[in-house]
Amino acid sequence: MSIDVLMPALSPTMEEGTLAKWHVKKGDTVKSGDVIAEIETDKATMEVEAVDEGVIEELLVPEGTEEVKVNTPIARLSGEGEASSAPPAAKAAEAPKASQSPPQSPAATAPPGGEHLAAPVAVSSSAAGGSGAPAGRDGGGSSPQASDGSRIFASPLARRIAEQKGLDLTSVTGSGPHGRIIKADVEAAKPGQARPPVAQPGAPAAAPASAAPPRQVQSLAQMGIPDGSYDLIPLDGMRKTVARRMTESFRDVPHFPLTLDIEIDELLAARARVNKLLEPQGVKVSVNDLVIKAAAVALKQVPEANASYSPEGIAMHHHADIAIAVALEHGLITPILRAAETKGLAQIAREAKDLAERARSKKLKPEEFQGGTFSISNLGMFGIKSFASIINEPQGAILSVGAGEQRAVVKNGQLAVATVMTVTLTCDHRVVDGAIGSRWLNAFKALVSDPLTMIV
Amino acid sequence: MDFDLIVIGSGPGGYVTAIRASQLGLKTAIVERELLGGVCLNWGCIPTKALLKSGEVYEQLGHLADYGLKVEKASFDFDGIVKRSRKVATTLNSGVAFLMKKHKIEVIEGAAKLEKGSPAPKVVVALKAGGSRTVTAKSVILATGARARTIPAIGLEPDGERVWTYREALVPKACPKSMIVIGSGAIGIEFASFYRALGADVTVIEALPRILPVEDEEVSKAAHKAFEKRGLKFRVGASVKKLTRLKAGVSIELEAAGKSETLDAEVAIVAVGIVGNVEDMGLEALGVKIEKTHIVTDGHGATGVPGLYAIGDVAGPPWLAHKASHEGVHCVEHIAGQAPTNLTSPIPGCTYSTPQIASVGLTEAQAKEQGIEVKVGRFPFRVNGKAIASGELEGFVKTVFDGKTGALIGAHMIGGEVTEMIQGFALAMTLEATEAELQATVFPHPTMSEAMHEASLDAYGKVLHV
Repeated sequence: MSIDVLMPALSPTMEEGTLAKWHVKKGDTVKSGDVIAEIETDKATMEVEAVDEGVIEELLVPEGTEEVKVNTPIARLSGEGEASSAPPAAKAAEAPKASQSPPQSPAATAPPGGEHLAAPVAVSSSAAGGSGAPAGRDGGGSSPQASDGSRIFASPLARRIAEQKGLDLTSVTGSGPHGRIIKADVEAAKPGQARPPVAQPGAPAAAPASAAPPRQVQSLAQMGIPDGSYDLIPLDGMRKTVARRMTESFRDVPHFPLTLDIEIDELLAARARVNKLLEPQGVKVSVNDLVIKAAAVALKQVPEANASYSPEGIAMHHHADIAIAVALEHGLITPILRAAETKGLAQIAREAKDLAERARSKKLKPEEFQGGTFSISNLGMFGIKSFASIINEPQGAILSVGAGEQRAVVKNGQLAVATVMTVTLTCDHRVVDGAIGSRWLNAFKALVSDPLTMIV
Repeated sequence: MDFDLIVIGSGPGGYVTAIRASQLGLKTAIVERELLGGVCLNWGCIPTKALLKSGEVYEQLGHLADYGLKVEKASFDFDGIVKRSRKVATTLNSGVAFLMKKHKIEVIEGAAKLEKGSPAPKVVVALKAGGSRTVTAKSVILATGARARTIPAIGLEPDGERVWTYREALVPKACPKSMIVIGSGAIGIEFASFYRALGADVTVIEALPRILPVEDEEVSKAAHKAFEKRGLKFRVGASVKKLTRLKAGVSIELEAAGKSETLDAEVAIVAVGIVGNVEDMGLEALGVKIEKTHIVTDGHGATGVPGLYAIGDVAGPPWLAHKASHEGVHCVEHIAGQAPTNLTSPIPGCTYSTPQIASVGLTEAQAKEQGIEVKVGRFPFRVNGKAIASGELEGFVKTVFDGKTGALIGAHMIGGEVTEMIQGFALAMTLEATEAELQATVFPHPTMSEAMHEASLDAYGKVLHV
């Protein structure tokens, strides 16, 4: 029995890549974890490791071939070994095409009728997730578990607008009678905002990948939306990763939000002064840069909030590696500003700008968006007052930043006007308890309210 | 604390609010200074419909030959018509009394005044029977309604003899030979229609360039023509400069397009709008915000004064009974901590003239002003089978859709019984229907409502019977 080694998707958005170099040749014996090839994408060059043991029967794609489509068989492995063709957990979802179109080669080990989900190569950085439960190998059991299949109640107009905006109604909460989704709900859910604010594509998956989104069992037709009444946009890798990671996180992480209002007039004044000072260097510090800085310093002051839950114990991170949610045209990504607590404002501003720009042009290296110990999502530019993001696993908390706006506040018993920003910290209760989250938020508030303290 | 809720005013806003409150388990009282049911039941919606029915039937008598029928010497008993109207009002008035009793709502007869109190203002009622009674509640809802606007400076002030408001127009001693109606909104047009049906020489003066100015322009135009056919006269774009009382009648000076004109008539009806009933209740002292005779409220009827709410006409336009009831139910559900009935449903408007006029949502012009790219459909009753069989050929149905989303955003009808049909479009809009659902709905044949279907098809070039 032989196994096809497929062209892996090194990032959720990758559709094709260049097979830069083979590290093995025909007849070589490989075992799981051996580097067999190097693949180049527009983002990075990555090593491809074998998942299965066996002997290379044939290299199907020569070195240097460009535009090799993801999931094209690139080599054939004789599976004399135990041929555990179950892919590492993270890969099942990251090789999206595998489940959409059967591999060209009939040599797959999938039992008849079983869905061929195998992507028997692994990106080294995600091999850690490989202990996941076998996916797609239980005789068809890989299909998502049955959902309740309940009908989505939405007004005709809401359905029409959702269709026009490309909104998934399952992601919209209805405010009409009996939770019916009405026009106002889909209008409020801008496509970019309706999606979970943060995802970290390609990061090591904490949960087994067998937990594919379970809600897709029922076809739209079964749910009363006839074929032909909509245009279907295929799920790309990023969308699938977002869907999977957010579903897992929201379902499996016991999360809760903490919200605070912060006056930012001082912060805005400080920003103006800083920007004046930095003008000769051509650096412009944004409010978000100051938020990143304050968050990093606050994580240093309250290290318990800079932590990750794992079954082995609580990981107390040494650095504040801050993931910043960046909206892309068709998704989002969270590049990471490493060790932000050690960096000055100018450097943070420069790095954040560079990361965001390269995120938008898809030029990030995987290590630049994998990992991270804390996330910040800012929807202030959309005028959002307050929101609660979904935990970006395995991080212990994520900060949601609303718009700074003039509001009436009471000072010394008098009404006054102040620029106020509402922030919400979503905490993973397994590691960040309410008291810890509150302490962190208050530390953050103190820093933002009096920006001078950030440099002390 | 005597009650959970005190409602002041028992019109369709107040009494419906009180019933809903009682259903929600609130111990409720309602204060009424005049008659249960308010203007709607006693001096508005209902008695005018009774008069108009008499007028309509009488007018039909003139067309009996069209139906192959014959009647000789048709005439009317004016007193009988008015008496019937009063009887209808009385029937409904006692109906409200029954409903109050059934729902264990205490009716306090007298004029209410508010005084500072907590958690809601105290209500001091100058009792009809004499004396005064102070009652307290957790919440107080003002549903005091509105009344006809008058302009004494130019003589537009009722005297009960020659100058009337709707109130006097409902209980005339005799049918005047000639009449001038000032204002061509629903109230003015309905009285003009009624008195014209009974043979009065009626002229309607409208300051704006067209009659029924809140309706869609095409409807205004069609109505103008239909009314003129019945002998109504109009002066549009005409402003009344002065009304002078003569020995027997009135003389009205008006100005239109720079030209002056004087019209004489036996009676004038003043129907130039509505003012809220906000006086003599101590509202100013409580700090209730009043703008243009109407109480300013938030989305749930709250006035800003703790525990004090306002709904219906007194809280602003549109001045319609069904809007008042709807607001009242919302307000009391909000007070009771329930998820309230939403307030975003479109509010239909009806004019019970012959032909009738009914509309809901935006006019074509309003939609265009909002920058909406519209798709408009029309269907005339003259090609509708049921309309032809019934001899009700006048009028049409017009639909306005948002061209981008297909949402029905407005519907406008003129013709027979359209006031009974407009709810179909109101329901469609409340359910956020698009053209697809309206087109997919099966309308029974033969009915005049088929014109609604056809107008929905027409907007998308699919009309069948034209």
